[in-house]
Amino acid sequence: MPRLRPDPVLLPLVGALCVTPLGFAFVTAARNRLVSGRPVALLEAAEGPAALLGLAGLALLALAALRRGPWLAIIAAALLMAALGWIAGDYATTLSASQPTARVSLGAGFWLMLGLAALCLVEAARQTGRAGTSLATALVAAILALLLLSGTLDQLSILREYANKRDVLGMALLRHVEIVGLAVLPTLLIGIPLGIACQRRPGLGRLVLPALGVVQTIPSIALFGLMLAPLAALAAWQPELARAGISGVGMAPAVLALLLYSLLPIASNTAAGLASVPEPVRDAARGLGMTPSQIFWQVDLHLAFPALLAGLRITIVQATGLAAVAALIGAGGLGAIMFDGLFTGALDLALLGAIPVIGLAVLADLLLRLASPRAIA
Amino acid sequence: MIRLLRPALWLGLLLAATFGMTSLRPLFTSLFPLLERPVYMQDSFAALLLAHLELVTVASALAGLIGIAIGIAVTRPWGAAYRGLAETISAAGQTFPPVAVLAIAVPSMGFGPEPAVLALLLYGLLPAVQNTIAGLIQVPDAVKDAATGLGFGPWRRLWQVELPLAAPLILTGLRVSVIITIGTAAIASTVGVTTLGSPVLLGLSAENTAYVLQGAVLIGLLALTTDAVFDAIHDMLA
Repeated sequence: MPRLRPDPVLLPLVGALCVTPLGFAFVTAARNRLVSGRPVALLEAAEGPAALLGLAGLALLALAALRRGPWLAIIAAALLMAALGWIAGDYATTLSASQPTARVSLGAGFWLMLGLAALCLVEAARQTGRAGTSLATALVAAILALLLLSGTLDQLSILREYANKRDVLGMALLRHVEIVGLAVLPTLLIGIPLGIACQRRPGLGRLVLPALGVVQTIPSIALFGLMLAPLAALAAWQPELARAGISGVGMAPAVLALLLYSLLPIASNTAAGLASVPEPVRDAARGLGMTPSQIFWQVDLHLAFPALLAGLRITIVQATGLAAVAALIGAGGLGAIMFDGLFTGALDLALLGAIPVIGLAVLADLLLRLASPRAIA
Repeated sequence: MIRLLRPALWLGLLLAATFGMTSLRPLFTSLFPLLERPVYMQDSFAALLLAHLELVTVASALAGLIGIAIGIAVTRPWGAAYRGLAETISAAGQTFPPVAVLAIAVPSMGFGPEPAVLALLLYGLLPAVQNTIAGLIQVPDAVKDAATGLGFGPWRRLWQVELPLAAPLILTGLRVSVIITIGTAAIASTVGVTTLGSPVLLGLSAENTAYVLQGAVLIGLLALTTDAVFDAIHDMLA
């Protein structure tokens, strides 16, 4: 038998995975969606093949932790995550077969175990480098798709909520992307020339960039609030504007505030990217007989592109989160569903709004990182 | 002294706005003639500011202390195995919008101030951990070796050599953490915590633009004052 070489990170995580079910409810079961539920332990909820898969995943993960097998750990952690979803989904299906109005919500125990398994996955993927990260991402995506498409999770409270709100959620998602898009596109048109100007005239840069920094410092809820009064006054003064949809609440103040927030990362990254172009490179381009405008378009912009893309990534991730807050001033989007859930104390509704917001931000981050020429995983 | 001028100016504005808001009633009456109650009176603005500060101070102080401790631990030889995980989580976690984290964390732990503090704390940890690690690993090995050569033990070396050199980056992390916490704490009024966000939310639901303006001005001034204080500390370190 090979010598044991316990992994100092994975082993404590596996230990925590073993004790979590003893202290926290895995799911909660309620008679209907309005009353609060009764805690159900993992050992009570788990049965059949799902329980066996969970045990197998945990055993393999422990083995991987004891013998330093990061590849095995990735597969074992993914199996365990699948089993957790399967167990919760099975329990909800069984319960709702006998009590149709019963609601099963995911409990602290489920989330903690899922989080610990995810930490194992992240650590093991980190140890194996880029290939492991790709495998882990693909496995998680496949498991999520399998659980959702097979209908295993359909009877969980959050998916029942989703079934009721499917159309609303779809519209909200589109609206959310629309708000972000309407803010980011004009930002590029203004921000990139502004960044170029700031880099060429350092005096202007010293004035403009700190001013945009001040805007970034102002919390979103405050900036949205500050937009409200002037825009409402503007609409009252010029009724044509109001008819065109410009008013204190709704899309207009949201898009305007997001635009102001987005200018800093775009302008400052453009300026920084241009400033990082080495002077000898420009000299070489001049030596080749390139005109100033050729140097700008073919050399400067080309070399500044990764920095610009990083600025765009920061902007979109930031705007996705800020657009959720914009629901407070009636802009709609996913934030509207999220705050609906928060105001009425409906956890599943809040999750239904918040999870896609996180999903959008993470997806945008991932895609723009992949698009970057000097991709940093 | 000049350094303290900017934070003092913002602080003066913040305090003047907090204590003088009620005496601006004639201004709000003339701006919003249709509103019956043009000034938020449910709580005094001073009480709101104090409640907001309390929430932010507790969450940020804990996030800062725990975050720096984690950053130190994973850069010591005995904790180095955890550094990669800490770096990955603190970078990836900041992709999550803070408001979404609040919306998930608070209802799942029960509404009220304690879950809100915990949610703010967890999010605030990320920049603190990230910048503490970044600050400590950029201390050159030659400097650390020199300290050891002078007979410094590992803790004295950390305290007198590594931490002072890492201080500017750690401070940047704390600034990011505190500014995010101030904004997210204002949104925490949606889960039933009284903060400076309360007049904004009541104003939005009751279509009272004056309330929205009053809350928004104070939240903005608080953030700008805090930012100026961090700037001043940064200048003093430099």
